[in-house]
Amino acid sequence: MAFNTVEMRKEFFAEERDESLKEIGQPTRRQDILGHVTGRSPFFDDHRFDGLLHLRCVRSPHHHARIRRVDTAAAERMPGVVRILHPGDVPHNLNTLLSLIGFGRDDEPLLAPDTVRYVGEPVCAVIAESERAAREAAAAVRVDWEVLAHVLDPEEALAPGAPVVNPVWPRNVFEYHDKYTHQKLRFGDVEAAFARRDVTLVEGRYQMSPIEQAPTETCGAIAAPETNDRFVCYTSTQALFFSLGTTAKLLSLPSSRLHFVGGTVGGGFGGKVDSLHEPLAVLGAMLTGRPVKYAWDRAEEMQVGAPRGAERWYLKDAVTRDGRIVARRFRGYFDCGAYTRLSSYAVQKATAHLPGPYTIPNVSADTYCVFTNRTPATAMRGFGITGVDFAIECHMDKVAEAAGLDPVELRILNAYRDGDMKAHRRVAKNTALIECCQVAAEKAGWPVRPEFAAASSLRDGGGARAEIPTTRTDEDGRIDGAPATRPAAAPAAPAPSRPAAPAPAPTPARDVYGLPVREGPAAPAPRPQAPPVPAAQPAAPPPSPPPSPAASPPPAPPAPAAGEPYKPAEPFTRGVKRPGGHRFSSLSGTRRR
Amino acid sequence: MARTPVQFRLNGAETAVFVDPGANLLDVLRRGVGDMTPKYGCGQGTCGTCTVLVDGRPQVACLTLAESVAGRAVETAAGLGEGAALDPLQDAFMEHFAAQCGYCTPGMLMAAKALLARQPSPTREQVIEAISGNICRCTGYEPIVAAILDAAARRRQHAR
Repeated sequence: MAFNTVEMRKEFFAEERDESLKEIGQPTRRQDILGHVTGRSPFFDDHRFDGLLHLRCVRSPHHHARIRRVDTAAAERMPGVVRILHPGDVPHNLNTLLSLIGFGRDDEPLLAPDTVRYVGEPVCAVIAESERAAREAAAAVRVDWEVLAHVLDPEEALAPGAPVVNPVWPRNVFEYHDKYTHQKLRFGDVEAAFARRDVTLVEGRYQMSPIEQAPTETCGAIAAPETNDRFVCYTSTQALFFSLGTTAKLLSLPSSRLHFVGGTVGGGFGGKVDSLHEPLAVLGAMLTGRPVKYAWDRAEEMQVGAPRGAERWYLKDAVTRDGRIVARRFRGYFDCGAYTRLSSYAVQKATAHLPGPYTIPNVSADTYCVFTNRTPATAMRGFGITGVDFAIECHMDKVAEAAGLDPVELRILNAYRDGDMKAHRRVAKNTALIECCQVAAEKAGWPVRPEFAAASSLRDGGGARAEIPTTRTDEDGRIDGAPATRPAAAPAAPAPSRPAAPAPAPTPARDVYGLPVREGPAAPAPRPQAPPVPAAQPAAPPPSPPPSPAASPPPAPPAPAAGEPYKPAEPFTRGVKRPGGHRFSSLSGTRRR
Repeated sequence: MARTPVQFRLNGAETAVFVDPGANLLDVLRRGVGDMTPKYGCGQGTCGTCTVLVDGRPQVACLTLAESVAGRAVETAAGLGEGAALDPLQDAFMEHFAAQCGYCTPGMLMAAKALLARQPSPTREQVIEAISGNICRCTGYEPIVAAILDAAARRRQHAR
């Protein structure tokens, strides 16, 4: 029978589970499975239209280039060509995905009007009677490029003099609440812990390449005029109303004129949320009065489709001889490519996830969302978590090796237990890493000493492990390190002294890792910099946090803005815009209890 | 361009369609004939979502010249089962949760059908070999392999 590979381990947390449940652990049938096995599930491309037109984009062969001129004269004369879409045809040709919830700045055009910032960025789109005619005409479009310097590595993008990827972000970093260059977490005092005589220090550098979601169905949409002055759009999107809202914004249409049909997605894994196809397909249908299909081929899916973004992490741990990790510091660079898409959110998620599922009394983290001339990154299965978890778990093995400890026992020893305080000043609940380690060790035939085999997430948590350590702040109530991350052009605020760090050299600045701080490209015109704003108490509590037992120091990331509310550059007013508040509540939420 | 008439047997029914020179079988089945069960995945014969049977042998429709099937028998997932009754393979796929998004499923089913036609009692290794040209990105292959083995067992039982 089905599901014989799933094993229910009911001995764990037995008293927390209601055994009267009838569905959990029982085979069930998908409601859409009959359509799948008969081949009748309607994917977007399974809808047939008479007179269907095909849209193909003309794309940049360069990482970074200015568009001097686009010559479509030859393409327009080719047989079967119906219309060529130019940037000027897009009513509101600037967007950022999360603007629908009032987060970030519009930074990405649907069709690049003057500059391309990654290989494959579209500059215009050919609509023709057949896919072949559209391909041939797209190949006949001549673009006069002025190739610009590019940068493909996030740390290089932060170096002085690096090319500015996107003038909306002149420092090559996403600026949270229009003033913070990165996400910051401070809990306790890592420097004091690193200076202890009874600890071993373990450092590591980890990175993860971009990963393409590679769904078997490529991304696409078909749009057609309806008789009621609306446009129907069949799409592969994973985020139907996101795509609808994005299309309404880019095309300056009331969303009531859009009729989106989806939900049948041929694999997405995060790669089908970017809403790139629906706006162009609907625009094509608007301007030609005919059904228009815009779908990627496999090469486009791989080259232009937004991947899981690359990440690079530096970790440093202090571990005692008996295996307790007493301090952990992170510096993370998230490569979001040329445009924000969802990377700003990924960085928040990553920082909110630190220091991993371990109770560590001193934690520090600085995580940057960096722009480079690579394909924009977007969602993919746990994005923001996967890369740093890879770093953390590699590092756990390295710590075990350096300290002469068993890697499984090291994890059990340091794992969150119910009642422990997390670095985010929330009490750990529903923890289960210890039990996972025990089962994994058992399955792998990995011997674990009896005291570790007997450990439980439900015991020995809390108490001293629930204490919130004193976290140093400056006289304005800001956590340490803030001035070091200000751009060089910012009014000089005296750097707080760091006892354990060597005296900071003026240039290049070295951060607490002893690594150069690469901040603030010198080349672009610096944005006028407001004087440092004191970090205030949260103006409004986060949407639905569980009550924090002792919230004396304000949670570090995301720091609530005390300054001006975010104002979008364009008069787009859909969605709620609240300054400061962190609108991504914890996705881990509550599980048991 | 002169279009060529091509006549073939599709799931048992005589079918005739005009095709452009060089058109591939996938486009002709989907756009010309209207059988939407073979899917486009890569257009280069690597993903197997467009797998159909030509004279009983699995072929990727995206790399098959439409004109080459003239006078031959083409089978797609649309032809599985008898009337309202599903093929044992389809039943087994449903029961074993052998589909998540469902996009690779028609191609998987055709690859499996070709296997069971030539090898009614396949080993697990033979099943894995038979679907090695079909990519599934969602469910993993284990439920698919289990479903195909189960379908083979059911067919044998049925034949007794």
